[in-house]
Amino acid sequence: MTTVLVFLDHAGASLAKSERELLSLGASLGEVTVALAGDADQAYLDGVGSYGVQQVYRPDSAAVSEVLVAGKAAFLAEAVRTTGAGIVLLGNSYEAKEIAARLGVRLGAGVITDVVALAADLTATKSDFAGSYTVDCRVTTDVAILTVKPNSFDAIEAGGPSSPHEVRLPVDLPAAVARVTGRVDKPVSGRPELAEARVIVAGGRGVNGDFTPLEALADALGGAVGASRAATDAGWIEHSAQIGQTGKTVSPQLYISVGISGAIQQKAGMQTSKVIVAINKDADSPVFEIADFGIVGDLFTVLPQATEEIRKRGL
Amino acid sequence: MDEATAGGLRIAVLVKHVPDAQFDRHIGEDLTTVRTESILSELDEYALEAALQLVEAHGGAAAGHRVTAITMGPAAAVGAVKKSLQIGADDGVHLTDEALTGSDASATSKALAALLRHLGPFDLILTGMASTDGETSLVPAQLAERLGLPQVTFAASLELTPGDGDRTLSARRDNDTYAETIESSLPAVVSVTDQINEPRYPNFKGIMAAKKKQIQVLSLADIGLQQDEVGLAGSWTRVEAAAPRPPRNQGTVITDEGDAGVRLVDFLAGQKLL
Repeated sequence: MTTVLVFLDHAGASLAKSERELLSLGASLGEVTVALAGDADQAYLDGVGSYGVQQVYRPDSAAVSEVLVAGKAAFLAEAVRTTGAGIVLLGNSYEAKEIAARLGVRLGAGVITDVVALAADLTATKSDFAGSYTVDCRVTTDVAILTVKPNSFDAIEAGGPSSPHEVRLPVDLPAAVARVTGRVDKPVSGRPELAEARVIVAGGRGVNGDFTPLEALADALGGAVGASRAATDAGWIEHSAQIGQTGKTVSPQLYISVGISGAIQQKAGMQTSKVIVAINKDADSPVFEIADFGIVGDLFTVLPQATEEIRKRGL
Repeated sequence: MDEATAGGLRIAVLVKHVPDAQFDRHIGEDLTTVRTESILSELDEYALEAALQLVEAHGGAAAGHRVTAITMGPAAAVGAVKKSLQIGADDGVHLTDEALTGSDASATSKALAALLRHLGPFDLILTGMASTDGETSLVPAQLAERLGLPQVTFAASLELTPGDGDRTLSARRDNDTYAETIESSLPAVVSVTDQINEPRYPNFKGIMAAKKKQIQVLSLADIGLQQDEVGLAGSWTRVEAAAPRPPRNQGTVITDEGDAGVRLVDFLAGQKLL
C-alpha cells in the first residue's frame, strides 16, 4: 500500500477544515502518515488520529520554523525518506507551495499545485489562466508532490480512530537560510479565512470606503469579506483581502460581488465560484455578464435589507 | 555564486514574457501556452522596480551597481528584456533554445540556475511573486534550493544594509494571520509582491537609452546543459489535457424597486445557499 505523507504546518488548537480535507484525501489514496512542523496539543493530535493516522513525525528542533521555508522543506524531505512515501500532500498557501517546490528539487520529484480533483491514477485536475482553463496533469517521477486547494475534497473521518505515535526526526538545516526575526499576529476577525470560506462577500470601488454593510451580510451568512484591488489600494481594507489576478483566487459556493465593475483581473480571481451574485449601480458593469443573479441598485439599501431579511427568517 | 562581489551590487531580475491577461489566453493543441499578445509579466515589474530602488538608494550606477534583466524562452521573449532595459535595467540576457519548450517549474528552475551560475556571481536574484501564466510560484523557491541560497519570498518591503561583504537584507512578509520580519545575508533569491512599490513607466529618455544597451543571447550549450535536461523531456510533470472552461451564462438581472434585498434572499434560499 502506498504511504501518503500529509504535511501539516501551523498546528492550531484544532484541525482546520482544509487540514481535515487533506487527511481525508490522503486516506483515500493509501496509508496516511503526518509530518507536523508546528507544536500541537492533545486535541489537535486526537483530531489527526480520527483519520486513522498511526504516526506523526515532528522535527527534533524548533529551528525548522525559525528559518524561511528551507527548514520545513528539509524536515519534510527527511520524513519522505524515512517513511518511503510515494505521495506527499500539502495545503495550498504560498508557503506550502514553496515548501513543496524545494522538496521537489531535493527529492527529484514533480510538484503539481492548486489541485482540485485527483483520479485514482494520480491524474490531477487544476485551473489555469485564473480559472479560464481546466488542465489535467501528472507527475512523471516516483514520488508525487501535490498541493491541494481548500474546499475541493470532502473531509470524511476514518472508521477506527487511533492515537498517533510521535516520532522525532533529526533535521540538517541548509547552511544559507533567511531567518524569521519577528512575527506579529493580526487581529482575529472571527470570520472564516478567504481561501476556506463557503461564502464570500467582496467589495470594490463602489463601497466608497464603508465595508460595514458587507461585513454585516457576511456575518449573517457565516462568510468571509474580500475586496477588489481598487478597494485594497485605497486602504479601505487590508491587502490580504484582495481577490483577483494578483491577489487570491477563490472558488466558494457563493460569491457576492458588491460595487465591483468586474474588470478581467477581478473576474480571474472568482469566476470558478459555484454561484455568483452581483450588486452594482451601473447596469453596464461587465460583472453582470457572469452573474447568476444580478441586482442593479444601491448597495447601501440592498445589503441591509438582505441582512435584515435573513435575520427575520431566523436563518 | 558563493562569494558576493565586493563594491557594486550585481542584481539579476528574472523577467517573463507572458500572454496579456487583458485578452483571452489559450493553451494550444500541443498543450503548451499560446504566446501571442504577450507582454512583460505585470508581477515582474515590481521586482525590476525593487532592484532599481535598491540601486538608487545606494549610490546608483556610479557606485558600480548593475541590474541585469534575464529571461528564457522563444525569440519573442526578448520583449520582456527590452521593456526592462527601457524601464532602467543596465543590460539583458536572453536564454533561448528550441529544447526549452514545455519546461515545467522544475525544468525552468534548472535552466535558470545554470544560466545564473554561468553569468554570476550575483548578490541578489529578484523575481515576481508568481508568473501570471503558470501561476505556480514554484520557481523562486526551486532556484534558491538549486543554488543553495537563502530565499526571501513574497517580500512586501525590502531594505538593504550596506557594507562590504556583509550586507544584510531585511524584508516584511504578510500572511493571512500574521506579519513576519525576515533577515538574510547576501547572496539571496528574493521574490516580491505587488505591495512593495509602484513600478515606473519607461520614459522617452529610457526608451532611447535602451537602444544602446546590450542583450546577450545564449543557448543551452553555452550554459552547459543538455537538451533533454529541460523542456518536456526534463520536466517532472506532464500536462495531459487542457480544455477551456465553459463560459458562464448570464443569469437574471433585476433593477432594485425597493425589494431587491428580499429578492436576493429568495434567490439564495432557492439555491439552498442559506
